[in-house]
Formats: sequence, structure tokens, C-alpha cells
Amino acid sequence: MKILVCVKQVPDTNEVKIDPVKGTLIREGVPSILNPDDANALEAALAIKDNDPNVKVSVLTMGPPQACEMLRECLSMGADDAYLLSDRAFGGADTWSTSNTLAAGIRKIGDLDIIFAGRQAIDGDTAQVGPQTAQRLDIPVVTYVQHVQVIGNKVVVQRQMEDGYELIEVQTPCLLTAVKELNEPRFMSIYDIVDACSKEITIWGHEDIKLSPENCGLKASPTQVFRSFTPPTKGKGEMLNGTAAEMSKSLISKLKGLHVI
Amino acid sequence: MSVRVIVEKCKGCSICVKCCPFSAIDMENKIAVIGDACTGCGVCVEECPFDAIEKTEDNVKKDLSEYKGVWVFAEQREGKLMPVVIELLGEAKKLAAEIGTDVSAVLCGDEVGALTHELFAYGADKVYQAVHPELKNYRTDAYTKVIQEAINQYKPEIILLGATHIGRDLGPCLAVRCDTGLTADCTKLEIDPEDKKIRQTRPAFGGNLMATIICPNHRPQMSTVRPGVMDKAEYVAGREGVAIRLNVNFEEDEIRTKIIKIVKEAGELASLTDAEFIVSGGIGLGSAEGFELLKKLADKLGGTIGSSRACVDSGWIDHSYQVGQTGTTVKPKIYFACGISGAIQHLAGMQSSDYIIAINKNENAPIFEVAYYGIVGDLYEVIPAILEEL
Repeated sequence: MKILVCVKQVPDTNEVKIDPVKGTLIREGVPSILNPDDANALEAALAIKDNDPNVKVSVLTMGPPQACEMLRECLSMGADDAYLLSDRAFGGADTWSTSNTLAAGIRKIGDLDIIFAGRQAIDGDTAQVGPQTAQRLDIPVVTYVQHVQVIGNKVVVQRQMEDGYELIEVQTPCLLTAVKELNEPRFMSIYDIVDACSKEITIWGHEDIKLSPENCGLKASPTQVFRSFTPPTKGKGEMLNGTAAEMSKSLISKLKGLHVI
Repeated sequence: MSVRVIVEKCKGCSICVKCCPFSAIDMENKIAVIGDACTGCGVCVEECPFDAIEKTEDNVKKDLSEYKGVWVFAEQREGKLMPVVIELLGEAKKLAAEIGTDVSAVLCGDEVGALTHELFAYGADKVYQAVHPELKNYRTDAYTKVIQEAINQYKPEIILLGATHIGRDLGPCLAVRCDTGLTADCTKLEIDPEDKKIRQTRPAFGGNLMATIICPNHRPQMSTVRPGVMDKAEYVAGREGVAIRLNVNFEEDEIRTKIIKIVKEAGELASLTDAEFIVSGGIGLGSAEGFELLKKLADKLGGTIGSSRACVDSGWIDHSYQVGQTGTTVKPKIYFACGISGAIQHLAGMQSSDYIIAINKNENAPIFEVAYYGIVGDLYEVIPAILEEL
């Protein structure tokens, strides 16, 4: 069985700070990490491989050459090989364009049984690239997967819903997007870190995956950023003073005065 | 649209390098160079003190005039409309009025009669009905096929879907099939007064940045919209509209997933988005037991409890209670933030509450920056005192 995991290197948005004077994002010193949901996706693939040594797990990303660091991390967790789609032409892609490029890379890798991806990346939070890649490959997709079981050439998954889950049977090949409830990603092992250094990372540009530059990146993206800005915060209100009892009394009388309670 | 450096004007100050949210700008020979990661967001255009960076419009123009009307995906589960559908209809009505067009709903299910009348009452001028036993429950392949065919036939200019676990699955699939753009999790939609195209605003970078997205040269323009953000449409009893039946046929094996069973758990989510009073707890509670105190206050007010992400990650409470960027967006009348420091991801999910009341030991907690009333103190003293007063 061949499994591919789509991953993305993202800035750790928990570490992103706003410049209080200019109101812009401060990116300096913000670490780049393997997107959290993608770590769950990789873990799901590696767990299948744990139970069956015939399973091969590959990882695929689109990004700048620095993304190799993250791919090394994936190899150190236990992935067998890694592919990087990297080309100036891929830059500035929206989800339409990203899924188009990923699908072209996946076609070239070929012959896969399961493709895993994270539900969404923490820099964009769109959750679109997974299902869109599946549409381009014309394979079934299940998003928000919180449990996976492989039974022969079928996969049975739990699809997380807002108020529970659906148990779904899906044929292979298929694409599944992982949520954090799926598993607890493993750490890199010392053995695998050493091993990962000797593994080759395959790097492909637009010609390798037979895409013309017009069909990649910003040029091919139907959506465009019109503007971006830091969210306005509500003005600071009134700080109450006194003991707990006094503040509570004052709060309740103020709320009653506003007719909200 | 793309961003270009006017080399003659660039002084090499590198302000743009620092302000770029996507780290897309580098200095080469003391001149700014826009790199691959550029999304054309234009932050640098605003920031450059020398007007050395400009935005250039693409001059691709297609005939988009065939596409008319605003559509809403009328998501139903177990024969009931999701609350977000009513919000979408409210928003669609506003957008349609500005463009000068009408509002339609697309309804898929095995029985749609009663829901059609409900959609008319909430303001749909037309309801496109897809009726088939296979459409009883949502499945990606079935719904994508049926709605894609309807889009190709009737050509709407805008489609709105709720950013639910279903809308966020269906939307991306439809967008690729229809070869158009989709903007996820929008919190604000506007019509450009000049060209009548939609501007879609959404949070990015975990709520640290807001981005306004346009889809200038493709149709339909598609958005998923966060539940709980838009105002609900008004219900007008007896309002009528036009029902249009869609042709629905499935080949064998065309629907490649099978639902074995549907399991209900939590069930608290609806009460969180609809609640008028929410008493939310953060890491300052100190333990899972703290939610019992919050529950007392919530019960007294007739509301519900909520939580920050930290408490969910600590295993104190179920994810379905989480308010914020990766949880639920809420806008109650009163939001109590108890022991919540106010990370931007949390603020993104509760900032539009009418009155925010912050209780925190740390007087410098960012939550006080958005609070209508702030109380610096121990929540275990303050909340019992509030309960006394009520």
C-alpha cells in the first residue's frame, strides 16, 4: 500500500505579534513549523505503516526551498521519502491554484491508495486545499477525519461533525483530511533523524509536473487579496474599583441600567 | 493584481521587508525585490514612505454578465434548516438589494416541501429543489454533482454557504468543479459600489490579520460564512416564491462514500451560538472544577458556559464549548470572560458580543482592552459575589 501525506510549513501563528505602533504583523523571530493538523495526518499514515511493513509513506509539500527543513522533520518521524514542489511560478497561489499544483505533483508520483492532508493550515485556516485536490484527482474525499480504519481496499473513517460524528465507508484511492482529535503525533526518533539525513528529497518545478507557469501561483488564482489590515479592537471600557462585593454590586446595577439583565 | 517595486523610487529603507505579512520581500543591492510568496495583499504599498511600490491591475476581462442572482446553500440536517441558513438569507438579501438582483436558495434532501415554505418566509425569492433519497444526508459526491449542475444551468453570480463542517466540505469541491474562487470563513461581505462585485473579509494568521478578498474574473463568486456572525433574516409568514425542481440522477457507484451510521454526542453547540449570556472560563480557572462555578452563574442568567482553547487543550472541557478562531464564534448580549487572558484567537470569536465583562487577576491582561466592564480580582471571589447580587 502506498500512502501520501500532504504537508505545509507555516509560521507559528501563536507566536505572531502585532507591532503596537504600526499595526502590522511582526514576523521576525517567528518560528516555522510543520502545520499541526498535517502532523496528525502524517501520524495517521505512520500508524498504518506500523502495522504493516509493506506500507510506504511519502510526504509532499509545495513551498520555498526552506520547506526542506520541515520535510526532514517528516522523514525523521518515519516517512520513507519526500517531494518538494518549488518554483517561482508557484508563488502567491490561492487554494484553487495550490490544489492544481499539488494534484499535478500527485499525478507524477502516481499509484497511491490513500492521500492524507491536514484539515487546514493555521496561517490561512481555509480547509479548502484538501477537498479541492481530491476533486482535481477525481477521487472521493472525506474531511474532518477523527478516526481511520483500513479494511482491505476500503477505509472506514469517523467524520467529525459539530455535534458528534458520521461513520463513513470510502473506497480507495481516496483523500482524507485529519483533525487533531485523530491521534497524538509521534516525536522524531534519534535513529530516524540520522536516517533522514541520508534520504533524498525530490524537488520538482513547473516543467517537471507539466504545468505551464500561467496555470500556477498568483497568475492562476481566481481570488486576490484586495487589502489586508489588522483587526480593529473595541475601545477599552470602564474598570470597576473596590472589593469583590462592591465591584459586583456596581456591575449588576450598571447592567440593569443598560437593560441587558 | 500584482505588486511591483518602482526601482527608481526605492531608497532601500527595508520598511516593506519588515511589514510584509508573508515574508515575501527581500533586499537585493539595496532595492526591494518582491518574491514568490507575494499574495498581492498591498500592505507594503501602504507602508512604503516613498510611494515606491504600486499595485497593478490585471487586464483580463471575461464576459461575466450572464451570471445573475445571489444563492444561498440551504443546508438541512434531519429535515431542519441549519441556523446559519437564516443568517445567510439575511446577508444575501442585503447584497442582492445593492446589486439589484434576487435571492435564491438551493435545497437538497429527500423531502423538501415544508423547508421550501420556510425559505420563502425568510426571504428567498426562488428555491431550487433537488429531491432524491440519496440526498437525505449530506455526502460530498452527491451534493457536489447536483449543485454543480444547477450552477452551470442557472449561473448565479454569488453563492454563500455556511462555514459548517458540511459547507466547508462542499464549498471547496464546488469551486474547483466550477473553476472559480472561494473565500473561506468570511466575517464581512460588502458590494463594491462601483463595479458591484463582492468584497469578502476574513481573518487570517489565526485572527492576527484581516484580509479582504475579491474574485474579479471568475463566476460565481463564492464565500463560506462563519455561523453566528451575520444578522438573521426576518420571518414573514405566508411570503411566497417560485419553486424550481432540479433534475437529479445518479449513476451506480457515482457516490463513492457510504454513511454507516450517524452518532450524536455533545449537542451543546447550538446553545452556544444562540445563547444570550455566555460565561466563559480560561486557564485562570485553575482546574476543570472551576466550570461548575461558571455554570451556576450561567444557569442563573439563563445562558451557557464557554471556554478558551487552553482549557480544551488541558482536557478540562469538551471542544464543543470552545469560543474563538478554531472554535465557535459567538455574539451574546453579555459575554463574561473569567480568567481568560484574551489571546487574539479568542477575541476573534467573541469580540462582537454586545457587552464583554472581563474578570482577571492580571490587570494587564489583553482581555481588558476589549472589555466594556473590567474587574481585576480573583474570579472565585468575584463570581460568588455577583451571584449574591442577582
